[in-house]
Amino acid sequence: MDFEEYAAKPLLAAAGITIPRGESVTTAEEAAAAAVSLGPVVVKAQVPTGKRGKAGGIKPADDAAGAEAAARDILGMKIGDHIVERLLVEERADIARELYAAVLNDTASKGPLVLFSTLGGMDIEEAAAQDATAVRRLSVDIRDGLDTTSATQILEGLDLGAATDAVADVLVRLYDVWRSRDAELVEINPLAITGDGRVVALDCKFTLDDLSKPRQADIAEAGVPDKLTDLEARGRELGLTYIELDGEVGILANGAGLTMTTMDAVRHYGGNPANFLEIGGQAYTLATPALDLVLSNPKVKTLVVNFCGAFARTDVMTEGVVSAWEELKPNIPVFFSIHGTGSKEAIPIVRERLKMEPYPTMDDAVKAAIAATV
Amino acid sequence: MSDLAGMIVRASDRILVQGITGRQGSFWAERMQEYGAKVIGGVNPKRAGEEFLNLPVFASAADAAKETDIDVAVMFIPPMAAKAAALDAIDAGVRLLVVLTEHIPTQDVMYFMAAARDSNTRIMGPNTAGLVTPGETFVGIMPAWEEGICRPGRVGVISRSGSLGTLACLNLVQAGLGQSAVLGLGGDPILGTTTIEALQALEQDAGTDAVVLVGEIGGTAEEDAAEFIATMTKPVVAFIAGGASPAGRKMGHAGAIVMGDKGTYQSKRSALEKAGATVLDMPSQLDEVIHKVMAS
Repeated sequence: MDFEEYAAKPLLAAAGITIPRGESVTTAEEAAAAAVSLGPVVVKAQVPTGKRGKAGGIKPADDAAGAEAAARDILGMKIGDHIVERLLVEERADIARELYAAVLNDTASKGPLVLFSTLGGMDIEEAAAQDATAVRRLSVDIRDGLDTTSATQILEGLDLGAATDAVADVLVRLYDVWRSRDAELVEINPLAITGDGRVVALDCKFTLDDLSKPRQADIAEAGVPDKLTDLEARGRELGLTYIELDGEVGILANGAGLTMTTMDAVRHYGGNPANFLEIGGQAYTLATPALDLVLSNPKVKTLVVNFCGAFARTDVMTEGVVSAWEELKPNIPVFFSIHGTGSKEAIPIVRERLKMEPYPTMDDAVKAAIAATV
Repeated sequence: MSDLAGMIVRASDRILVQGITGRQGSFWAERMQEYGAKVIGGVNPKRAGEEFLNLPVFASAADAAKETDIDVAVMFIPPMAAKAAALDAIDAGVRLLVVLTEHIPTQDVMYFMAAARDSNTRIMGPNTAGLVTPGETFVGIMPAWEEGICRPGRVGVISRSGSLGTLACLNLVQAGLGQSAVLGLGGDPILGTTTIEALQALEQDAGTDAVVLVGEIGGTAEEDAAEFIATMTKPVVAFIAGGASPAGRKMGHAGAIVMGDKGTYQSKRSALEKAGATVLDMPSQLDEVIHKVMAS
């Protein structure tokens, strides 16, 4: 889950990293009022995407009137897929130098990776792509954490002058934010050295590891909710991963891998999937609400039920689907393929109660389902 | 660091079930026992000293290790308790730790991965369906006893997904073949045993003549393995799930996120084909392809 700048920066401040004074506002009037107390400011669009500056979503203002005008320009602007509805009004920093610092999850080393560069600012990706040495990397053993000595070593020979210790201190604290707040990524770009030698975080991106939400409940509310359709939101409430697609073949399968493969099969044999919906893992007992969800999509003309049980017991899933079918009495054809754990009990349920025969393979069931839409 | 052959479970392996008294732990421990797997005990600190499924229940894996030999531990443990249970099993010195648990916070996974690195314990998963060596033993949540799915043979199966691994096994049996080993790697982005290590284990396994590799979009495991596949003496047939999935959407497995040009269906498919693997459009094509590659 991504956090916008206004929600991410307080996490830095709580760890002792200096951030500019500022206020999060939603109207031009509030922006003007904020500028009265802050003096010269920067008005920044709050949207969960990069390239805000290049899109014109960040404007300086010298006084309240300027802040109000800037806010009117930016509010309602479209940046990427997002309409700007919130602004961060911050005191303007006197920037002498722009640095880059981040801590993120690294799949290759199976642990945290610290990144640092003296080429902070809007073009860090390009700088890193052109020169691999522009960004320094340090893999950290999560059991030890990052101490001041290691943080200072990252900065060796980088000519940060009097700011070296302060920057190393920021790295240690940034790592603490990553660790204590279960981040997938926490990034400061730019990390500024000001004219008077202070080290200040001028922007921050924070992505929470969604799996840690049970123990990060106090901050999880501050993240940007995923954009979901009504049906997708209903699925999430039920604890199901449901994704609405444009096709006509409804899919109910167990496990992410098999569900993706069922979608692949629908496409391979000339149809179009109407949804992704998996009821594997702990969700395998939710077959009844899952079927209801698939059928709530008006585009669905036919349904493939494809079970290949490992952990997920096909007898439990099939009982759920067949009961739901009897209750909802949908007016579309359904095609089953059932294998794996519990299939000996599951197949007779379909035969006896729905008076139909499961297909011997996924491919046969998918082909029959597509044929039924024509 | 643990050796590669250790990821293939054997009939002689002595298995400890962490969380044996739970609904899933007891269901699957019984399936393993019925199959002939040497389950030697379970862990539940609240019921230490009791008997369950005619097995001793221990307070911890470390306690169990003081009283008996353990080769493999398998975790039926909820996500927020998984780190402590994994560290316990590593501390007990097991050769192989099978982490079935899904949704473990990523930093907890990193922590026990780091601990395993300094030990002799190999980790499978998290979020794996486990391991089957047909005719010998199984550990985890695979339908090993279903004769239409798992049957002794000479083809090794590697899969990130349990349901899709099951389908690949089914297709192999429908093709008249069986498996030398079924290796579930897990659906998480950070895994104890990677695709390349599983390929290395099967390449050196005397009981394996060919490999079926079942991957999926997201991550770079298949791309990373391509270089090794090019050096293998045994044929590799692969299927990559997710060709029809929309880009950039999470599909349930945290690992299955398409990012940039690596991790996409096309990137994986071309890396594998360049390395000499045969890539199937559909798992059902295994029947016609596997016999050809094994004959050549």
